[in-house]
Amino acid sequence: MKVRVDDDACHGHQMCAIAAPEVFGSDDYGNAVVLIDGDLPPELEAKARRAEGNCPERAIIIED
Amino acid sequence: MTATDDPRIDPLTDYDIFDRDFILDPFPVMDEIRESQCPIAHSDRWGGSWMPTRYNDIVAIAQEYETFTSQQILVTPPPPQQAEGAYANVAAPPISSDPPEHHWHRRLILPFFAPQAVAKYEQGTRDLCNSLIDAFIDNGRGDAAADYAQQIPVRVIATMLGVPTDLSDTFTGWVRGVLEAGLTDPKVRMESRMNILNYFRAQIDDRKANPRENDLITTLLNAEVDGQKVPEEYVHGVCNLMLVAGVDTTWSAIGASLWHLAQHPEHRAQLRENPDLWPMAIEELLRAYAPVTMARLVGHDTEFEGCPMKAGDRVLMSFPAANRDPRQFDRPDEVILDREHNRHVAFGAGIHRCAGSNLARLELRVALQTWLDRIPEFELEDPSAVTWAGGQVRGPRQCQVRFPVG
Repeated sequence: MKVRVDDDACHGHQMCAIAAPEVFGSDDYGNAVVLIDGDLPPELEAKARRAEGNCPERAIIIED
Repeated sequence: MTATDDPRIDPLTDYDIFDRDFILDPFPVMDEIRESQCPIAHSDRWGGSWMPTRYNDIVAIAQEYETFTSQQILVTPPPPQQAEGAYANVAAPPISSDPPEHHWHRRLILPFFAPQAVAKYEQGTRDLCNSLIDAFIDNGRGDAAADYAQQIPVRVIATMLGVPTDLSDTFTGWVRGVLEAGLTDPKVRMESRMNILNYFRAQIDDRKANPRENDLITTLLNAEVDGQKVPEEYVHGVCNLMLVAGVDTTWSAIGASLWHLAQHPEHRAQLRENPDLWPMAIEELLRAYAPVTMARLVGHDTEFEGCPMKAGDRVLMSFPAANRDPRQFDRPDEVILDREHNRHVAFGAGIHRCAGSNLARLELRVALQTWLDRIPEFELEDPSAVTWAGGQVRGPRQCQVRFPVG
């Protein structure tokens, strides 16, 4: 599983980083950044899905 | 049948956001509107407004900033004299800004509010919370709203703005004048606005004469956009916004959360036994007790979900209503601290997402954690004696609790 952030849709709610702090962080402006290059370790997949389900802007994109 | 006690009021055509029953418990009225044939209600009261109640409609309005402008953002129209005089051009950027100016209005302040930037306020906030509890813990009772919640955000914001925290009661009075009494009393609203703007005008003059290191106001005064210093009216407006938006809102969220926890020992136990739950629990409390309703002004005649909206119409974005929509949230009226999917919009959505949300969350978490550490068991002294404010910002204003001493 890979994840990415749609930068046009993200408005910095940071709810992805709250749900999955190992996967998502913040840039200097509070917008979401993905902290992991490439495939997520399997143990973080459930958290990443939770992050996707917590974004009010639907800016988290999961690519299985 | 209507959900209010007054049989004359039809919520679909005549809701009253300042009705005492609505302030006390707005959710039955919101549910009635949301499940009706007309989920976007209209009322002529208080200058007139539309009130959508479904999550998808409210998020769409928040995201469609070209149609739904931020020329006015409070739930009642401004006093006529606000457009005159020395401060006529001082607004509350970026919340009162529309694109394209909105972009730089917001971008200049966002770095102050990123998660990594607000972390430095955590220890000071914890110390403040402890000192507030020290003042009443030996009494076995205290007011979770007035003695605690109300006292926290104003001091954090004052610290951030570099203004004296011992003026907190004065600042709180001004903010309540704008966001509470002033919404239905133009004179109070204008006086409170002038007090705030006069105070920050003097602060800006002071920073120009005596620039400070690591100071938000000084930093903004020196900020440049496209090689030009930003207008002082922008800095003035940001100060206005930070005070007005940073006090009532977070205080209401802290107070409502303590009101909830006072009545739910099982949630107190859940947090005690599973501290990892805190970040998600904070989001769930924000969902269930979202304090803020913002307004938009329709920019041009439009039809939205079958409603004929005219240029200049006011639309209320009731984030509390959105957050209780069963189309979006399972069992929306239940607080489920470990809720799996929670796309709540307590902080709004789109380009105007609350710039201070990371600070608000930090304050809410630290305030609740500190309270539960010191006062693990507590209950409402008299549930019927709890008073609430509402309209723009909903939260408890008096909330007496009792607890074992020692």
